[in-house]
Amino acid sequence: MTRYLLKRFFTMLITLLGVSILVFLMIHLIPGDPVLNILGEFATEEAINNLKAELGLNQPLYMQYFSFIGNALQGDLGQSYITNLYVVDEIMNRFPITFQLAVYSLIIGAVVGIIMGTIAAVKQNTIFDQLAMMVSLIGISAPGFWIALFLIFVFAYQLPIFPISGYDGFYSLILPSITLGLATSGNIARMTRSSMLEVIKQDYMRTAEAKGVNVFRLIFGHGLQNALIPVITLIGLQFGHLLAGAVVTETVFALPGIGSLAIEAIATRDMPTIQGLVMFMAFIFIVVNLLVDIIYSAVDPRIKYE
Amino acid sequence: MSQVVTESKTEGLVGNMPEAAKPKSYWSLVWRRLKRNKGAIIGAAILLFFIIASVGAPILSPYPMEEMKMENRFIAPSADHWLGTDEFGRDILSRMMYGGRVSLMMGLVAVSIAGIVGVFLGVISGYYRKLDIYIMQCMDILLAFPSLLLAIAIIAVLGVGLTNAMIAVAISVIPSYVRVVRGTVLSLREKEYIEAVKALGVSDFKIILKHILPNVLSPVIVLSTLQFGTSILAAASLSFLGLGAQPPAPEWGAMAYVGKSFLLNAWWMSLFPGLAIMLVVLGFNMLGDGLRDALDPRLK
Repeated sequence: MTRYLLKRFFTMLITLLGVSILVFLMIHLIPGDPVLNILGEFATEEAINNLKAELGLNQPLYMQYFSFIGNALQGDLGQSYITNLYVVDEIMNRFPITFQLAVYSLIIGAVVGIIMGTIAAVKQNTIFDQLAMMVSLIGISAPGFWIALFLIFVFAYQLPIFPISGYDGFYSLILPSITLGLATSGNIARMTRSSMLEVIKQDYMRTAEAKGVNVFRLIFGHGLQNALIPVITLIGLQFGHLLAGAVVTETVFALPGIGSLAIEAIATRDMPTIQGLVMFMAFIFIVVNLLVDIIYSAVDPRIKYE
Repeated sequence: MSQVVTESKTEGLVGNMPEAAKPKSYWSLVWRRLKRNKGAIIGAAILLFFIIASVGAPILSPYPMEEMKMENRFIAPSADHWLGTDEFGRDILSRMMYGGRVSLMMGLVAVSIAGIVGVFLGVISGYYRKLDIYIMQCMDILLAFPSLLLAIAIIAVLGVGLTNAMIAVAISVIPSYVRVVRGTVLSLREKEYIEAVKALGVSDFKIILKHILPNVLSPVIVLSTLQFGTSILAAASLSFLGLGAQPPAPEWGAMAYVGKSFLLNAWWMSLFPGLAIMLVVLGFNMLGDGLRDALDPRLK
């Protein structure tokens, strides 16, 4: 187990190194001179040279990378070209909203998905099964922005229960969470169904049934408890995708999270902010995936560590 | 003489067999299984409908795509305008029919680029073990970004626009091809018949072309069908965010984005383009699921 953890940790470090190189290179991959991209083509020679020196762009590429990664390790992801604010501060100011949104969506997605998947498995090949799978397939196929617009139209315009957009506490996160949660529930329902179908076929389930165990205890106590292991992994992996998926939802609902920050930064070509955000989200995604892996291997001792 | 007898015996046997018992080729078995799958047929029918509507747009669309009539602004769905009109009095149905071409093309281009690059890298990675670690490490780095974020980061570099959105989506899809193809090649290269052709001195290029590639076809077909839908969804989301196709281009995501501003007065402007995206993606998912079951019933 320790060897496995060390190996996973080492792989994670290499991946992070690769991610940091890619993110660092972003500014150099943009066609044209990065300084001219910032200052515009009518900038004076002096302004160009000053900015080059300020950004360290007159140094060799590897030196620029070392300074980038050195600063990043100290929590300095640079300053926004537009607001001059530190990117880390901007991210930290906005991250709580995205984090809450991801957590609420995950709860909605997990509850709805597990219930739908369990019903589909227990009632396999019935109308309930087909209906649950159809709903989950629609959840996977529907664009997030479309679900969001539909919910706004019904629950903010026609029945003015929720705010149309903007952030004003928990209340304004309900519709966005449902939007993201529905998309997540589709995948979870499909995984729960297939995992539950495997479990239902096991001998111990037949034994419990023969011994006259109550149906609810049989399904939720004996069945679901064992079927949930791979589902929990999926739920964990969805978290990272929810952070990225929040880009669309936050834009539709005008929520000031890191997703909408990314879109604002692209619109203004604010590269330090984009680089900082991409680095931050990838870091969280990698760490969450590692944690899910570790929890999975701890929960299910059948997994072999290769 | 004995050869002739054997052949005629075999012919006679097969000839007298009932239709169902005749030996079938792999693909005819797949086709038979696929035909029996209701979901796959419904999915294929949905796709066929949208393909015909998009390809036949110049003939089938009730109005010219760009025809603006200010007196026709914001007309709700009616007998004249089945899906209503937009803020310039343009017919939504006609624009959606042309928009289907853009959306389907976005999916096709993204899947084709990702498929070609992904299959190439996957085969190299699975067949040449020395290169495997490097290719897979690169893929792990790409997989370290949630796919939409990766696409957004690529657009931040390449710039906003339809072509760049397609490239961005394609790059974010490549790792899934590499993984699937590599896995299949890894199991294939251990098979005895591959060992045998290797021992006969057949070149690596020929082995890959004649013995490996035909066997990775099934998983690649399934993956491409599913990724086609996912790519259309991703590309539409990028257009909706203002990063892909730009208005007034009649792309479904961009149309929904414009409709968002008129949601209260003209809900149809974003409802129908979004519905079209959902139905097309649903069609690909249903067909993909059906193909997976038909090509490899063990996975069912």
